[in-house]
Amino acid sequence: MDMGSFAQQFAQQLINGISLGSIYALIALGYTMIYGIIKLINFAHGDIYMLGAYMGFVATTMLGLSFVPALIFAMVAAGIAGIIIERVAYRPMRNAPRIAILITAIGVSFFLEYGMILIATPQPRTFPAIFEATVYNFYGLIVNSQQVLILVISLVLMAGLTYIVNHTKVGKAMRAVSFDADAARLMGIDIDRIISMTFALGSSLAAAAGVLVGVYYNSIDPLMGMMPGLKAFIAAVLGGIGIIPGAMLGGVIMGIVEAMVSGFFSSTFRDAASFVILILILLYRPSGILGKNIKEKV
Amino acid sequence: MKSKTKVLSMMCAGLLIASVFAGCGGGEKKAGDTIKVGADIELTGGSASYGKSAQNAIKLAFDQVNAKGGVLGKKMELVVADNKSEAAEATNAMQKLVAQDKVVAVIGPNLSSAVIASTAVNTGAKVLVISPMGTNPNVTVDKDGKTKDFMFRACFIDPFQGTVMAAFAKDTLKAKKVAILIDNSSDYSKGLAQFFETAFVKNGGTIVAKESYLQKDTDFKATLTKIKASNPDMIYVPGYYQEVGMIVKQAREMGLTVPMAGGDGWDSAKLPEIAGKSALNKTFFSSLYSAEDKSELNKNFVAEYKKAYNETPDVFAALAYDSAMLIVNSIKTANSADSVKIKDALAKTAGFNGVAGSVTFDSQHNPVKSAFIIEYKDGAQAFNTKINP
Repeated sequence: MDMGSFAQQFAQQLINGISLGSIYALIALGYTMIYGIIKLINFAHGDIYMLGAYMGFVATTMLGLSFVPALIFAMVAAGIAGIIIERVAYRPMRNAPRIAILITAIGVSFFLEYGMILIATPQPRTFPAIFEATVYNFYGLIVNSQQVLILVISLVLMAGLTYIVNHTKVGKAMRAVSFDADAARLMGIDIDRIISMTFALGSSLAAAAGVLVGVYYNSIDPLMGMMPGLKAFIAAVLGGIGIIPGAMLGGVIMGIVEAMVSGFFSSTFRDAASFVILILILLYRPSGILGKNIKEKV
Repeated sequence: MKSKTKVLSMMCAGLLIASVFAGCGGGEKKAGDTIKVGADIELTGGSASYGKSAQNAIKLAFDQVNAKGGVLGKKMELVVADNKSEAAEATNAMQKLVAQDKVVAVIGPNLSSAVIASTAVNTGAKVLVISPMGTNPNVTVDKDGKTKDFMFRACFIDPFQGTVMAAFAKDTLKAKKVAILIDNSSDYSKGLAQFFETAFVKNGGTIVAKESYLQKDTDFKATLTKIKASNPDMIYVPGYYQEVGMIVKQAREMGLTVPMAGGDGWDSAKLPEIAGKSALNKTFFSSLYSAEDKSELNKNFVAEYKKAYNETPDVFAALAYDSAMLIVNSIKTANSADSVKIKDALAKTAGFNGVAGSVTFDSQHNPVKSAFIIEYKDGAQAFNTKINP
């Protein structure tokens, strides 16, 4: 391989990685927000992503909506689902030990996966081509309009989220609850409402990722959330769980690492590489790239 | 995820224990007025469409036999167990069929890796298994080349599919440099790839890239970028339709316009939906069956199947149907519903007429039959060439 073609391949893999990584980032945001606010690793989050993809499927095939309305429909529906899940499954466990609520999350995950199998059959469904892919070729670098779309929508959503969290009253309340729930309650913040809001926001981001993936890969199935859910979890830990910009960074890094490993070593090592990252980060920097080391006082 | 796996494994352990106890109950077989045949097939999971077709076809076969008065004065009864397209689940399903339902023979699984995984269970219980579509050599032969007594198949084996496609690549497609993309989680895919490579290199071709993926992967662009850099004339992807669909779609998007080819795992109505009709142009796969075949037996089968299920039978339906009829035929020749006697009669089958061609079992329990190369043209399957053994 000469240098020119190496550079070209590298650039192409970078493009592949960023578009994959922005999906991970969208899912990771929900993980990190929910962890930030109630210290729960919501294992059902990957399945909310699946739910979003199915909602997008329903919106486009049964309701005949075009792309943007379908995306909004899926985000709203998944947001409501997130609120319901929190209300029914997690709120009664709020004061239970951390492990009990974690197990509940696994239960919710199975419930969503197999509930969807019951309703929609386990067979993969083909997402309708609501958005024709145009392929652009820049001096041999191939960029698909859908990749651009994924990136743009992810950026818009992330910008929106950052705005909500940093510049609105709800966002301020979220940060307050995340910092110290009891103090927030004393200041008159309705914690239950804020937690519901957090679930709604996180879930709708995952749903957006689900719809984007449906459009991009053309195929959705009830168990599609397992692997991306795990990868997004790693992305969240990598960036520093509980830190919103960390989730974005972690997601993109994960996507790029996977593309590079498949491209320059072997695709067989791709998943292994993701989990090696998790192990390394837990060993050497448990608080993540952007996380600060907080010493617990005894 | 660790805890998730733990929960799963505990559930599996529970199931296993339950099935052991279920197996302890009674040793003798109940002499009812039906002959029970099991189907260990893929009703859910990534290959669910294979099992659905098989179930339809076996039901049709037994209904036809029963309408003519059954076999040995008894009706054929089908017991279905879902293996979820997974090797571990196939073993559980097999355990249930032989221990709990006490079937005399089992049809399926269709996936080679699932058949190989569940072999110990049915062999231990001395119940024959006929896999309609398990094409890997190790389905009927163990690693030392010894034939597995209770294992049969209704299809030809991987070497033949890989060898056929290698010949087709060289003679018809005039390919010299081929890239191979293997599903690393499947014995089937590895088997096809290995024999393709051997035959293609022997014919003077070069393998310029050899990459792999895993079941349930969705993003192949990184791997395809790497393949593209190796400049192949053709890409051989011996995988299953769900991933293959996405691979073909993404390859075309990456500007890989060369022909792509694979094995019978490509044979699904879902493939054009996933890949897109135009992306599938210039793709070929080796197959065991074409519904367009003009034999009298096949025409009847296609008509009856269409009447019952309102769709054209695919290869999985055809071979499951043949498997069911092979068992019925052997029960007749053995003049007994004893699993071991049926097995002996089945091994001696010669010149049996099936909807997917005649079947004669060789000493390794492999049928000798013809292969078809099918081409996708604007999303529809078109018969291309027939290659004889």
